[in-house]
Amino acid sequence: MSSFSSGQPLISCCLSTVGYSITIRTANPFEISIQRLYREPQARYNEFMALQNERKTWEQDVLSPVVKKHPERNDGILETASRIPLQRVFLPDDAGLPADHDQYMEKLGFPGTYPFTRGVQPTMYRGRYWTMRQYAGFGTAEESNERYRYLLSQGQTGLSVAFDLPTQIGYDSDHPMAFGEVGKVGVAIDSLADMESLFDQIPLDKVSTSMTINAPAAILLAMYLVVAEKQGVSPDKLRGTIQNDILKEYVARGTYMFPPTPSMRLITNTFAFCTTEMPRWNSISISGYHIREAGSDAVQEVAFTLADAIAYVEAALTAGLNVDDFADRLSFFFNSSSDLLEEVAKFRAARRMWARILKERFGAQSDKSMAMRFHAQTSGAALTAQQPHNNVIRVTLHALAAVLGGAQSLHTNSFDEALSLPTEQAVLTALRTQQILALESGVANTIDPLAGSYAVEALTDEIERRAFAYIQRIDDAGGMVRAIEQGMIQGEIEDTAYQFQRDIESKARTIVGINAHTAQDTTPIDVMKHNPQVANQQQEKLAVVKASRDESAVLATLAALEHAARDETANLMYPITDCVREYATLGEISDTLRSVFGEFRQHTTI
Amino acid sequence: MQNKIRILVGKPGLDGHDRGAKYIARALRDAGYEVIYSGIRQTPEALVHMAIQEDVDFLGLSLLSGAHNELFPRVIRLLKEKGAEDIIVFGGGIIPDEDIPGLKEAGIRAVFPPGTAIQHVIDFIEECRAKG
Repeated sequence: MSSFSSGQPLISCCLSTVGYSITIRTANPFEISIQRLYREPQARYNEFMALQNERKTWEQDVLSPVVKKHPERNDGILETASRIPLQRVFLPDDAGLPADHDQYMEKLGFPGTYPFTRGVQPTMYRGRYWTMRQYAGFGTAEESNERYRYLLSQGQTGLSVAFDLPTQIGYDSDHPMAFGEVGKVGVAIDSLADMESLFDQIPLDKVSTSMTINAPAAILLAMYLVVAEKQGVSPDKLRGTIQNDILKEYVARGTYMFPPTPSMRLITNTFAFCTTEMPRWNSISISGYHIREAGSDAVQEVAFTLADAIAYVEAALTAGLNVDDFADRLSFFFNSSSDLLEEVAKFRAARRMWARILKERFGAQSDKSMAMRFHAQTSGAALTAQQPHNNVIRVTLHALAAVLGGAQSLHTNSFDEALSLPTEQAVLTALRTQQILALESGVANTIDPLAGSYAVEALTDEIERRAFAYIQRIDDAGGMVRAIEQGMIQGEIEDTAYQFQRDIESKARTIVGINAHTAQDTTPIDVMKHNPQVANQQQEKLAVVKASRDESAVLATLAALEHAARDETANLMYPITDCVREYATLGEISDTLRSVFGEFRQHTTI
Repeated sequence: MQNKIRILVGKPGLDGHDRGAKYIARALRDAGYEVIYSGIRQTPEALVHMAIQEDVDFLGLSLLSGAHNELFPRVIRLLKEKGAEDIIVFGGGIIPDEDIPGLKEAGIRAVFPPGTAIQHVIDFIEECRAKG
């Protein structure tokens, strides 16, 4: 209530202007009961003026400094197809609907202000569109480099690197565990030499790069900044993200290396490093995407992602960091699936919850710390191998949900992903889907366009309520790390996934092409062919690198890393960067850390 | 074949996508079979060892990373080397249609793509049982 004391002079002013003499003698005019509010035109008028006044304040204090710095788009489409002008942000009274001022401000607010339900930037897509960031990578670094340069030439605005599984688990391409997997789901990176090829002719001060890397995130980040250094770009100029979210690997994705405690240390080391050396870099992308793909529902996705986030913040605070020094570099990654209204509500609820958690639980002071920026990817699990062209439509729905939900960047899946890695043609259709949404659909021209929808607001509230109830249960279980160690989270996800699939089998839930409208689709589709030589090529390149480097320098830096790993107060980013510079391989660096930290083994029960 | 059919659901390779594997394991168990799930990130060697130790009749392999052409035939080869070729191997995951003939030639008895109804898998198992 106190924050609205500035509204009082306005009310008295209105009252005197209109000449009414209703008696609002209470010290706070907003204590008027709802029933009375809707009965009395004057009270409604007051509410109207109060929100309009909030808008003016917001425009002056929040919006205009941003617009001065980054002018909004001027592409002539900030109106509907019939040339009806679109407000930047519509309010209840623009639609002639009643709204309680306090409730509105508490639940929704304005874009770029607490609780960020309506978006994290004051201009959102009126400023610029979301970043269209297609996750790509396969085969050798040279092949992936070619795909990146193709995507950039087609209007993609950010890079997103997919690494192969051996890289993600800290094995070199010649390791026995890498058999069959080299270059399959992403690009194989063994040493700095591969990273140099991967970003050849791509100016790292111009692009932002997202890297899906978790257990060995510190190593790949070190490689990236050394490549940048060789291009003459200093770390403080680099923009991008490392996924660096190990907790969801134990729960859903499976590319863990070390047990939770040393893993959390590596993560807080990268937080601290990025805070001082790479202030524009997102040091983590806390990911609900894979939790959802593993079979959770939307509520669980939000709850478990935020519970992971709480664990990271607590680990960083325990390590002595100040919340407002690193919280603004935490970013998020969500799934966007088929239930359109629930998905939009999910994104809005997640933003509001994060703002409240940061403010109320962690006492953050800075608005930037409370603003949840997120990447979205359309669901892979929702795509079907049957009648694969239907997936183009599914991806469009998913992408629309992400845009209506206010995503900062978006990957659209390719329609052939239930069959193989995508072909270049399928990737292009996926990118075009985003471009059509941005340039033709009009949904980017007014901020948070579904705000005020009774259905979406009710769903937003309910998702928040249910997800907070989950977080309470996790707190009661001793926090997320404990809940994961006990298998609680995995069990919850498995149960939901099992029920979902059972519902499809029993036709309680319909999937077109699977249990309804199952006519044979005979249109042939091309699938991506793997380069059969990639493992050999990669192993040969690795041998050349090992033969041409300064072996004693490699051994010395690895020894220094081992020493630092044993000292819990050391930040490992620095010794890892030294190893990388000498062309120590990913596998060698990982093995050094394994020798100190040990390896995590999952015990799975069904 | 034993009265109570025993099945190992295995995840060879490095991919952690085991939603499908877990579903198949649980649904087959609910259908009355004895089912063991290997957990993720198993080598072909480890899976073959497990299959023999557990005396299973069927080994179901799930893989979504694209490494099936390397890893599935290797499992078959190792089973033969250990004299356990009577274990029936089937597979599933992200497997392009055009790879299926090659896998069958290598000895994979059936490949179930995403979206397969569990009844198809049960029918396959029962057909194999009927043939003895």
